Amino acid sequence: MSSLAEGTYLPEGLTQPAPMRDGMDAPYWEGTHEHELRVQRCADCGTHQWGPDWVCHACQSLNVEWVTVEPTARIYSWQRVHHPVHPALADHGPYIVVLVELPHADNLRMLGNLLGDLMADIVIGSDVEAVFEDHDNGNPPYTLVHWQATRS
Amino acid sequence: MSASGADRGLRGRTAVAGVGETTYYKRGQSTDPEFVLVVKAILAACEDAGINPREIDGFCSYSNDRNAPARLANALGLEELRYSNMQWGGGGGGAAAVVQNAASAVHAGSANVVVAYRGLAQGQFGRFGQGGRRPAVRGEFAYTLPYGVMSPAQMYAMRTTRLMWEHGIDRSTMRAVALAAYHHAQNNPRAVMYGRPLDAETYDSSRWITEPFRLYDCCLENDGGAAMIVTSAERAADLSDTPVLVLAAQQSGGHRSGAWVHNPTDYATSSFKLGAQHLYEQAGVTPDDVDVVQSYENFTGAVVMSLIEHGLCTYENANEVLTFENLRADGGSIPLNTSGGNLAECYMHGLGMQIEAVRQVRGDSTNQVPNVNVSLSNAGPMVEIASTAIYGTAEVLG
Repeated sequence: MSSLAEGTYLPEGLTQPAPMRDGMDAPYWEGTHEHELRVQRCADCGTHQWGPDWVCHACQSLNVEWVTVEPTARIYSWQRVHHPVHPALADHGPYIVVLVELPHADNLRMLGNLLGDLMADIVIGSDVEAVFEDHDNGNPPYTLVHWQATRS
Repeated sequence: MSASGADRGLRGRTAVAGVGETTYYKRGQSTDPEFVLVVKAILAACEDAGINPREIDGFCSYSNDRNAPARLANALGLEELRYSNMQWGGGGGGAAAVVQNAASAVHAGSANVVVAYRGLAQGQFGRFGQGGRRPAVRGEFAYTLPYGVMSPAQMYAMRTTRLMWEHGIDRSTMRAVALAAYHHAQNNPRAVMYGRPLDAETYDSSRWITEPFRLYDCCLENDGGAAMIVTSAERAADLSDTPVLVLAAQQSGGHRSGAWVHNPTDYATSSFKLGAQHLYEQAGVTPDDVDVVQSYENFTGAVVMSLIEHGLCTYENANEVLTFENLRADGGSIPLNTSGGNLAECYMHGLGMQIEAVRQVRGDSTNQVPNVNVSLSNAGPMVEIASTAIYGTAEVLG
């Protein structure tokens, strides 16, 4: 786990995230602000769940809790985006998006950018760790979760 | 009674009595407002069917179409509006479901003449795939937009990467899908890409949109209107000696297919694994009986998934079977997207591909496959609720 040293992976000006008004996913965003990765786990059947929902998709319990999990994962799929569709990205060039799975949390999947060499070969199944990117000037402030190759 | 309910099903109960399309325009180039495009398409479908537009008593559309049934009923002078329906879900997942919904209404006796329609005028209402422009977003998109995942290509590229990785699907297989569509469009004067052929070298050297999609792996964006008239098989038989029956139409979503942030239980899927089984059972046919296929191309990789999940090839032989030669209407074993489809005819959110499936049964496609009795057309692969339909001749009923 680490923080981005300086700057942000994608330029400012993209749509920013905000917690849902009904409070469903507030613990996730509070967690990222504290540089912790929080996901849902059913208090009845113990199944980890992502994305967030009010109901456990495995046993339909409404007793869904939030737990902090180790911020490590392995790459499940990826894309290298070349064609910008947002003005803030018009002059930015390619960027990499990864879908990662968390084997220690029932293989739930999370999405983020992959830090590091833009033109590197990306290997599905390789280990990555979370990198928290703070946006203190957001309205409200928020923290994104990126991924980078695990340093051995 | 069968577990799936197929014995209560639509098989042969209803028919597509007429189809109508406006001119298909490049995105933003329609001179008609979107509502006028829809009215023109419906009137063309009525003329094709040989019915008075005032006989319409129901409307079905999808993908949050902006042209509401009550307004259409006003414009068309309907004495009575008995049925209206909007299929849930975005994208083109509803393009076959809309036929299912219309056919179900007719079969149930809720209405007699139901029009399934879609209109798009992006010059009037803005483009797809331009991403979020709002300052902040909540809910599912809060987990994707800030990472630069906002267009359909960006939302679905990783499913295709995973398909290629899990099953060894080659880029050349995706290329064959694109080449077949453009090949067929060269015979189709309606097609936006008529007169603009594509060869393998041009495909291979085209720019990346997002890996693994090159430019020609991605559907067009267009303006236009399309409509289909669905009525009872009996009425259709009065209107035509060779009615085009709806043999089956089915929506399809698997376990947690709508789970947020790319978390469906099965990821590298077109969403057709379950629905295709119900489709064939309802139609009383097998994949071997299918004479011609329209398989919705949002992206070429999704077509490969769809054909596999409809049992038309397998994960193991897809690279060998899905070649340009095999996908051609002129002699191929799996004639695919014979109008040019969403890649080269028009992206009418897939309704044009349902219409082409009907044409193949009627025998008036611009890339006609000989002796078509069973014509399959699916819609919206990879979205949370996809849909798929089979049209055919009365001969199939035996």
